[in-house]
Amino acid sequence: MNIPVRPARTPAEDAIAATLQARLAVAAGQGGLDGRMGELSADALEAFRAHGLPNRRVEEWKYTDLRAAVRAFPPLAGAPTAADEAEATRIALDVPHAARLLFVSGMLARGASDFAGLPAGVSALPLDAATAANDPLLDRIGSLPPDRYDGALALNTGFLGEGLVVKVEAGTKVAKPMHLAHVFPAGEAVAGFTRAVVVVGDGAELTLVESFTGREGVAYQANHAMELVVGDGATVNLVRLQEEGAAALHLGTLMVELGRAAKLDVFSLVQGAALSRHSVYGRFQGTGTNLGVRGATLLKGRQHADTTMFIDHAVAGCESRELFKTVLSDEAHGVFQGKIVVRRDAQKTDGRMMSQSLLLSDGAEMDNKPELEIFADDVQCGHGATVGTLDDKMLFYLRSRGLPLKEAERLLIQAFVGEAVEYVEDEALREVLIARMVAWLEKRAA
Amino acid sequence: MLEIKNLHARIGDNEILKGLTLTIPAGEVHAIMGPNGSGKSTLSYVLSGKPDYEVTEGSATFNGQDILALAPEERAAAGVFLAFQYPIEIPGVANMQFLRSAMNAQKKARGEEEISTPDFLKLVRLKAPDLGITQDMLRRGVNVGFSGGEKKRNEILQMALLEPKLCILDETDSGLDIDALKVVAQGVNALRAPDRAMLVITHYQRLLDHIVPDVVHVMHKGRIVRSGGAELALELEESGYAAYGQDAA
Ligand SMILES: Nc1ncnc2c1ncn2[C@@H]1O[C@H](COP(=O)(O)OP(=O)(O)O)[C@@H](O)[C@H]1O
Ligand SMILES: [Mg+2]
Repeated sequence: MNIPVRPARTPAEDAIAATLQARLAVAAGQGGLDGRMGELSADALEAFRAHGLPNRRVEEWKYTDLRAAVRAFPPLAGAPTAADEAEATRIALDVPHAARLLFVSGMLARGASDFAGLPAGVSALPLDAATAANDPLLDRIGSLPPDRYDGALALNTGFLGEGLVVKVEAGTKVAKPMHLAHVFPAGEAVAGFTRAVVVVGDGAELTLVESFTGREGVAYQANHAMELVVGDGATVNLVRLQEEGAAALHLGTLMVELGRAAKLDVFSLVQGAALSRHSVYGRFQGTGTNLGVRGATLLKGRQHADTTMFIDHAVAGCESRELFKTVLSDEAHGVFQGKIVVRRDAQKTDGRMMSQSLLLSDGAEMDNKPELEIFADDVQCGHGATVGTLDDKMLFYLRSRGLPLKEAERLLIQAFVGEAVEYVEDEALREVLIARMVAWLEKRAA
Repeated sequence: MLEIKNLHARIGDNEILKGLTLTIPAGEVHAIMGPNGSGKSTLSYVLSGKPDYEVTEGSATFNGQDILALAPEERAAAGVFLAFQYPIEIPGVANMQFLRSAMNAQKKARGEEEISTPDFLKLVRLKAPDLGITQDMLRRGVNVGFSGGEKKRNEILQMALLEPKLCILDETDSGLDIDALKVVAQGVNALRAPDRAMLVITHYQRLLDHIVPDVVHVMHKGRIVRSGGAELALELEESGYAAYGQDAA
């Protein structure tokens, strides 16, 4: 018989459990965390006690062993100081013409956030205010996939407290992007947990940017999760830029539910953190829906970045496109895991998933795990994964015209990731992303 | 201007250039003809610095400078240009961006000022139409979706913009119909200048009706085996390469 052996907890796991416990105890002393949020946190603590940090024995975390990688758990951040806010404002990503709401080390910086700049028809309520107001949208927390246990998400739920509930009224067409900027500006390592619930009403349109930046060389830990509900006929463009400091830990979870004839395009640029994981869970609730999840990951040194997604075609006639480009230099490690499930009723599903990676050095490593699980018979689905190096013939052609090797490489890498970036429809946002990539490439070429 | 002495080059264990000697003075156009497999393309690659080749003996100097010691991009900046026999496609790198980066990279290497965007656009608008290069072709990825002839014309456009001092054309005529051949020849002839040397590699005499060479060399098994005036090309056209172990084409 196979008796599961629960390995001894690591010091980091002990610290996390103790911090969770203490938080709940304090809350209990004050009459308990409010209703549903309290329940969710308590459940998460239970689950964490049982599972610990995700590790290689958990199939979905095979290539990203958090238990082995996370050696310590820094204290939770306190309310940001004026100096922290000023520094955060300075190093936050600048998105032209966007309404920016700022989180500093995981805490909403109300004064430094442009709530007044939110367009008509868009509301953003801090999580505590939403709780006080008994906002029904809070029920969305924990209601979306994953149906199975996800350790990074459970931690986020355990530390539930900071975040936003965003609502876009049905039919509202918003041109101005909304930008949730997450910044860790402090010189000391802290942990921060944020949660966003974004509900886009039927027929509405929204462009949402999420950026993650922070102080170089500080081993802070950022954990962000978002529930995104895209209503019937609604259109959402979500652009995500993860450019955490190179010593940081970043755990991000995106849970998506798509209504009938909805359209969602996600683009994720990953260049930061020592170790990062981005999990995407998508579920189709209505037919005629179109989901695009794309991204580019550029890593150097010993960085590790994991993109894992689970796309659930539960209903018929939906289309999904996934395209991920990974560029790895030095001893960087990239991971792509993608699973498309097509349920029995999901006829006429059209799903394509592709992961392409470029290894710029012998020490770089890429793990690909694309999977299809198809239970319907009339579908068009495909997946693929390629791992390659820069083309010698192309490099010589460019050099023979006078381009120095590094510049020739830069052009080819840019062309490689460009195939994914070109799907970002908003031109200004595309420019922002390209500028960040060019900055990465120029640093490498220098 | 270009002086090649006893050049030996190999790829892997296969020696392809076996003691090639050739001198091209400034202002002259030399043609190299020869049967397939005689090493013509290899010579063009060795001169432009393709990494796969190893030079085991001999020398190649350009204006007195040992070009074999230079990286491909340094040779380009020194004025060496190869119009490839098979220009490759580079998806995702827009032709226009490529042309501009190449021009500016060379200028930078030579310590010259970069060309401004308006000046660059003006220059391209001046040179591209004569070669039948359309706006659409300039916007597309380098050579992407170009026909064989369009690729060759794009090579000549690059040459016209970069204004190299040593132009090596490797079978630029192959795969061109007669009209396209004339367009390419006009482009090349426009670049003939007292301070510029040209090496025109071809399998057929046809191109040399339009680009009349000062000297014709015959290459066989990695060496120059015969040299003569323009009339040598005509002679070869008649006799073919039979004397060199291959039938007339
Ligand atoms: N990459 C290679 N590896 C081995 N042999 C090669 C390679 N490229 C060319 N060769 C050989 O070198 C010889 C000369 O080729 P090439 O220079 O292309 O001739 P040409 O251009 O005159 O037709 C041929 O015998 C060819 O098979
Ligand atoms: Mg050849």
